[in-house]
Amino acid sequence: MYRYDEFDACLVTERVEQFRRQTERRLGGELTEDQFKPLRLMNGLYLQLHAYMLRINVPYGVLSSRQLRQLAHIARKYDKGYGHFTTRQNMQFNWIKLQDAPDALADLAAVEMHGIQSSGNCVRNTTSDQYAGVARDEIADPRVYCEIIRQWSTLHPEFSFLPRKFKIAVTGSPNDRAAVKVHDIGLRMHRNAAGEPGFEVIVGGGQGRTPFVGKTIRDWLAPDDLLTYLDAILRVYNLDGRRDNMYKARIKILVHQIGADEFRRRVDAEWEHIRTEEPQLPQAEIDRINAYFAPPAYAQLDDQPALLAEQRAKNQSFDAWVAANIAEHKVPGYAIVNISLKSLRLPPGDMTAAQMDALAELADKYSFGELRVNHRQNLVLPDVEQSMLQELWTALQKLDLATPNIGHVSDIIACPGLDYCALANARSIPLAQEINRRYQDMDRVHEIGHLTINISGCMNACGHHHVGHIGILGVDKKGKEFYQFTLGGSSDQNASLGDRTGPGFAAEDAVDALETILNTYLQVRDKGERFLDTYRRVGMQPFKEALYGTA
Amino acid sequence: MQMIIANTLAEGQIVFLAPGSGWTPDIAVGAVANTDDEAAALLARAKQDEQANLVVDPNLIPVGIENGVPRPLDYREYIRATGPTVPIPGQPTGHP
Repeated sequence: MYRYDEFDACLVTERVEQFRRQTERRLGGELTEDQFKPLRLMNGLYLQLHAYMLRINVPYGVLSSRQLRQLAHIARKYDKGYGHFTTRQNMQFNWIKLQDAPDALADLAAVEMHGIQSSGNCVRNTTSDQYAGVARDEIADPRVYCEIIRQWSTLHPEFSFLPRKFKIAVTGSPNDRAAVKVHDIGLRMHRNAAGEPGFEVIVGGGQGRTPFVGKTIRDWLAPDDLLTYLDAILRVYNLDGRRDNMYKARIKILVHQIGADEFRRRVDAEWEHIRTEEPQLPQAEIDRINAYFAPPAYAQLDDQPALLAEQRAKNQSFDAWVAANIAEHKVPGYAIVNISLKSLRLPPGDMTAAQMDALAELADKYSFGELRVNHRQNLVLPDVEQSMLQELWTALQKLDLATPNIGHVSDIIACPGLDYCALANARSIPLAQEINRRYQDMDRVHEIGHLTINISGCMNACGHHHVGHIGILGVDKKGKEFYQFTLGGSSDQNASLGDRTGPGFAAEDAVDALETILNTYLQVRDKGERFLDTYRRVGMQPFKEALYGTA
Repeated sequence: MQMIIANTLAEGQIVFLAPGSGWTPDIAVGAVANTDDEAAALLARAKQDEQANLVVDPNLIPVGIENGVPRPLDYREYIRATGPTVPIPGQPTGHP
């Protein structure tokens, strides 16, 4: 993975000391809250419903075992012994004290982590495919471009005060696991007619109160043009994006209002000015960054279908876990292991310090000391020998980290909701846990098959409800929590926004409503058909009738 | 009836304006205003403590009395006052 050079290290260390002095001035009364708030937000420190919350970037979801151990240390020393992985592949701590925040950031800097640009109207953490570099379907490793974007966008003087926040996602595979079509900019690697890899550039996707699937403004962009083209997009947005109304300030509103063709024209006009004058991205620099992402020292192995088949035949639980949680690795003899953070006993995405420490050990032992965070709030061990899967699974079981539900009904995205978040209108976690409790029968879970349920506690949509196969939005209706359902959303390469079923359901009726939806699906589906495909085939009508009757 | 809720500046902890002076994390002993005039007086005191950098963002919230203890009427403020409604992971009542 990427390691800080002297510039990165200097920047982060100096920022910690700057923030330490700012915090001292705030605590000493020299700064008012109005003066201090933007300074703490620039370092990822929010004031939430109950306490300060510290958001820490996990760049494009890549995490070392050393960093995970340090997150465990932060959780123990400065928080209440746990942390929360978010849909932005980041980590949040919910109970950090302002007076401790500079020390926590110094401890993070020691392992090359920080909260810079995890808030504010700037370019946020670039997100990516959790299988980057190991996916069998990958055209090229997106991490190198994510890292180049990270360096380009960090403290970029021109793009530090954009109209609104800005999120870029990159995938190197045709099967999009990074939801690139619902980001401000999505970059999808593919090959042109000459067989050269480049990017489809998708702009103006997003969720929130006004969701859009992004529009393609360039079919293929050469990698060495990446930064000048991003510059051109950001310049057009910076100049033409609205600043008078924060709800209409995201790039998606600009793209929607002027249209993709006009937006493309403006970007191309800007790009013509700068593409030859401003720094290109030379191949030597791409190669230099790429060297950080060189594959680990894989052993020469063969795939182990016979061994795995034998182990799976002997152990039904192991079999279920392999079926749901293991993905194909590009190197023979290896497997990608998904670690579900959706057990019955913890909120989605939450992890205790003890689990973090123990999983860091397992990453060292079985996966070259590296982990990934994905946008579905789960973790990944990217490089596990197939012959070690059963041993690893046994260890994960003891940690409550072997739930065999990846991509199934209980693998729910849930934002922190009103249990933690100052913006929320309703709670998300209790509903996710109730659904999880309802679907504990793994035969039933696997009968339902591949399904994404995404829950947001307000229309800001941190829980990605618009693009869940089943989306659930919590709303406040006259002082009571209600939940609205959407069907047919997707964040993959065929992204779509869900359609609302109709009126919402009271909290106590929401899980029954979900069950009605799923029972309807099981009745009308063709054999082996996923929920999403059934919905796209049959439409809303049968679900509406089942939920609300025919009257 | 109304009370004042705020976060302490240094810790971020939820506190309630106490009768007489100071703040308390225990809603049971927080000051309760029975009239708008009393509420205005509490808010004026809270704003002074905000100016003095003791607390952040003090607000009046409507409360009722349940079993002799104030309880915020709005569920958002109730959760804010009493903490997450789900167990805290790793805590004695939460995840092991």
